[in-house]
Amino acid sequence: MSRINIFIDFGSTYTKMAAFDLDNEELLARIQVPSTVDVDITAGLEDAFTELSKEIKIGAEDRRRAIACSSAAGGLRVVCVGLVKEYTTEAGRLAALGAGAKIVGEFSYDLSAGELDEIEEMDPDIVLLTGGTDGGNKKVIVRNASLLARAGENIRNIIVAGNKSAYDDIHAIFGDSKKNVIFTKNVMPEIGTLNVGPTNCVIRELFINRITEAKGITKAKKIIGDVIMPTPSAVLEAAKLLAEGTTKCPGLGELLVVDVGGATTDVYSVAMGFSSKKAVHIVGLPEPYIKRTVEGDLGLYHNLVNLQELAQAESVPEHFEEIVEDLRRNREIMYDDTRVEVHLLLSRLAVDTAVTRHVGRIEMIVTPGGDMPVQRGKDLTAVKNVIGSGGAISFSPQPKDVLEGALFRDTEQHILKPIAPQLVLDERNILFSVGLLAGTDSVKALSIGRKYLRYL
Amino acid sequence: MKENPTVITGTVGVDAHVIGTKVLSRALRDAGFNVVELGALTPPEEFIKAAQETDADAILMSSLYGMAEIDVRGFKEKCLEAGLEDIVLYIGGILGVSRHKFADDVAKFKELGFDRVYPPEADLDAAIEDLRTDLKAKGKL
Repeated sequence: MSRINIFIDFGSTYTKMAAFDLDNEELLARIQVPSTVDVDITAGLEDAFTELSKEIKIGAEDRRRAIACSSAAGGLRVVCVGLVKEYTTEAGRLAALGAGAKIVGEFSYDLSAGELDEIEEMDPDIVLLTGGTDGGNKKVIVRNASLLARAGENIRNIIVAGNKSAYDDIHAIFGDSKKNVIFTKNVMPEIGTLNVGPTNCVIRELFINRITEAKGITKAKKIIGDVIMPTPSAVLEAAKLLAEGTTKCPGLGELLVVDVGGATTDVYSVAMGFSSKKAVHIVGLPEPYIKRTVEGDLGLYHNLVNLQELAQAESVPEHFEEIVEDLRRNREIMYDDTRVEVHLLLSRLAVDTAVTRHVGRIEMIVTPGGDMPVQRGKDLTAVKNVIGSGGAISFSPQPKDVLEGALFRDTEQHILKPIAPQLVLDERNILFSVGLLAGTDSVKALSIGRKYLRYL
Repeated sequence: MKENPTVITGTVGVDAHVIGTKVLSRALRDAGFNVVELGALTPPEEFIKAAQETDADAILMSSLYGMAEIDVRGFKEKCLEAGLEDIVLYIGGILGVSRHKFADDVAKFKELGFDRVYPPEADLDAAIEDLRTDLKAKGKL
């Protein structure tokens, strides 16, 4: 029997486990059990191993080699502090999202004492401090740094990714403070240039080295191999690998991943997003090639009320309200026809709304020379693949219908959603495993990833 | 005091004419300025945001479609509001429609808060010299 490789995702609701035979590139079993992160992460972990053992035989060595990602204990909570909202605050936000973070607060310009209190109350894992292009404004980032240096214990980790010319001053400010301050490259070295890569890396390192410990996730490390990244990072790595392929094996090309969960809907695009039309003027900050957005109001469980409201604009089936209420209470759905219909409607709405917010749009502006199209954000009309992931889509009875929410519509031509992509399903909901494996064995990760995708 | 002052250039409003501001940006860069080029179709507010983020010393706007007055009315006030009270403001191009005297344009745009106003065929070297003089006067060079 070949070695078994186990991958774990400590989610806020479920702890998921997938076991692979890497030699034969085969998924042996996938199970999920309720998470117990807020009490003791190891309890849920042991439950999961027990559950997994019912399906396959696993040895002590297999358990010790398992690697995990986590979005538990509130995820990786980041507060962004920048200068101009549309520039360095936004660049910081994009960088943090790309590192799999959850943005809990956003502040621009000089912080007030009240705002500092607010940040402390948010109790973030990381404060991402940006501001000023390189050689640009120094005053604001330096002043904000001095406020953060005086803040209480709730502010522990600070990443500085702003005007490099201010770094010596900021260094001096934090001099002997007890805070863990890390300097990295400016997220926006000049107007219109985004550099999120270095900040992504620093956030992830911090997650592994410090934050897992603070969240009690480290306890799990005594049992398994390691917890190496936040869950959204793992999905993002999988998306990147599937799109680009490896040197030996080509990928699927530009793609979009939609992941509908219990509390959020995440959208990832791996695409340049250049305009598909000529004579379109691009405005606003350029967006990253690998872009992640999180819709914190679109979940199929914790915040169902928002989707319920959105659904009122559509024609809803009979007993809609009751069924939604039922979903909210029980989570599990009974598969009678109307229930299925309601679940499909809500998941499709989540996909539709989240993708609409993710993609760029075209606005016509009137000029003396006639109407002129102006594009803001990424043009994803030519994207080749749309992959559906997350329980609500992966295990949906009609995933194709749900994923069609991601498609371009003739009635809304200004919204640059994919026009004719191949719809693909992460049928076993294992994208996180592909991302976790990508770092150590990208070849296997790619072929496993491709093998368990179903073309709809 | 800076060795290489930062200046923002661009064509304001919904004006797509980009050549003038490109030529100007090139000349400024050759003259040692740090140039943030916003290009055509730049909303007035964008000049302000870019100036805040880059701690710019001057904004040099172009406009060639005759609508500048509408685009920049209240611009100086917005600069004051955004903490850019000290920034040097220039504008140049075809600043009005139909026949009119350039001297009237100068008076009008100075009234709107611009430090200097240039016709479409202005001499770049002279304008850059003006800019140096004005920056020195404000202690920015």
